[in-house]
Amino acid sequence: MHVPDGFIDAPVSVAAGAVAVAGVALSLRGARRELDERTAPLAGLVASFIFAVQMLNFPVASGTSGHLLGGALAAILVGPYTGVLCLSVVLLMQGLLFADGGLTALGVNITDMAIVGVPVAYGVFRLLITVLPANRRSFTVAAFTAALVSVPTAAGAFTLLYALGGVTDVPLGTVAASMIGVHLLIGIGEGVITALTVGSVLAVRPDLVYGAERLRVPLQLRTTPATGGGR
Amino acid sequence: MGAGHAHRLYWAADSPVHRLPAHCKLVAVLAFVLLVVATPATAYAAFLGYAVLLTAVAAAARVPPALLLRRLLIEVPFVAFALALPFVAGGDRTEVLGMSLSVSGLHGAWNVLAKGTLGVAASVLLAATTQVWALLIALQRLRVPTLLVQIASFMIRYSDVVVQEMARMRIARESRGFTARGPRSWKVLATSAGALFIRTYERGERVHLAMVSRGHTGSMPVLDQQPAGRAAWGTAVTLPAAALALCLLGWWTR
Repeated sequence: MHVPDGFIDAPVSVAAGAVAVAGVALSLRGARRELDERTAPLAGLVASFIFAVQMLNFPVASGTSGHLLGGALAAILVGPYTGVLCLSVVLLMQGLLFADGGLTALGVNITDMAIVGVPVAYGVFRLLITVLPANRRSFTVAAFTAALVSVPTAAGAFTLLYALGGVTDVPLGTVAASMIGVHLLIGIGEGVITALTVGSVLAVRPDLVYGAERLRVPLQLRTTPATGGGR
Repeated sequence: MGAGHAHRLYWAADSPVHRLPAHCKLVAVLAFVLLVVATPATAYAAFLGYAVLLTAVAAAARVPPALLLRRLLIEVPFVAFALALPFVAGGDRTEVLGMSLSVSGLHGAWNVLAKGTLGVAASVLLAATTQVWALLIALQRLRVPTLLVQIASFMIRYSDVVVQEMARMRIARESRGFTARGPRSWKVLATSAGALFIRTYERGERVHLAMVSRGHTGSMPVLDQQPAGRAAWGTAVTLPAAALALCLLGWWTR
């Protein structure tokens, strides 16, 4: 998904850059609310986690493997604003240091993967958590669906930018169908792995999962002896 | 981290390109790549000119061609995409080696390949001649919000640590007889990823407390300020200036 230079024409690249700048600026304000003065070290460390986890290969079948994109995972674990920041910083550094994703395409990459992908994942997750009963299973379902939806949505956002500023003459329907189709498949893997990862964090440190406030049980002082039947 | 913070992508040398202040280089590379992208695909001479310009920069920076070529491999997935374009694009078709190919697809493939390769080469040269800390200061000097630069600097500082932590987890898994095969292994790998998140987040909390105990008040001290004089900007701007001439020439002769 790391778009190189020359894929999208210059005006649309610059416009996507402006969208990315606005989105990141908004997230900077939001992240201060999520993390207060700990923002820099915590968001930085989470960014390096996302960077590392993108290198973790998940074997699919017969030698092929995939890896996490991490948008939904970041949104659920640290919240949408910090998630956008972490993913944007990872994309910025991958572009600057590893030439992974073009510098002029940075705006495009940040817009579709961070600015669109992360809030969409968080929105879906939040919606499902409110609708479904408050237990671990619905949490898994919500995490899976959020990741499943966010990947093709990011691909759809890219297709939209491509429709505006694509430089090749591939019919738009073909681009949309192949991009969204392929990313739906990727999204299934992303969903399963995101749900499993969030589940494993939830089992050990539920307090670290930003989206899990509803699962937290407030401390209760009991004056009468508890009667069996734990939760 | 032990290697004096010089990242693997940095090519240590003493050259005029290495000595340029990082923010001048960053601006020059950005302007260069933007001009490359803005050039019409059919201006073949302009692209040849861009390649010559980058070769000249690489020579001035004493970056070995082998290193440059090896790092260009990052764009291989997109080469595959570009090669598919002549087959799927619409419009007029032409016969090449007995295959029916789309003319506009061929142009599109050339466009993506030429611009993508030049973009990667320019970024590789920037990363090879600039230390990471200098790049971070460059971002700061170019008015990127301080908080974003701080996040980026923490990410850079700790990504090696976190990646090594992940490697130790892999060794731990394998020494217990685990081999990752097929989707059945996902549960184990995802649990590792979850554990890695917890360790990383807790490390972040420790880092923050360590900073607070050393008097951190929310802003990081700037340790290095390399002012850019007119001479530095003059040197840096030669690359985009030459590129601008080529770009205009490309539009002229299109």
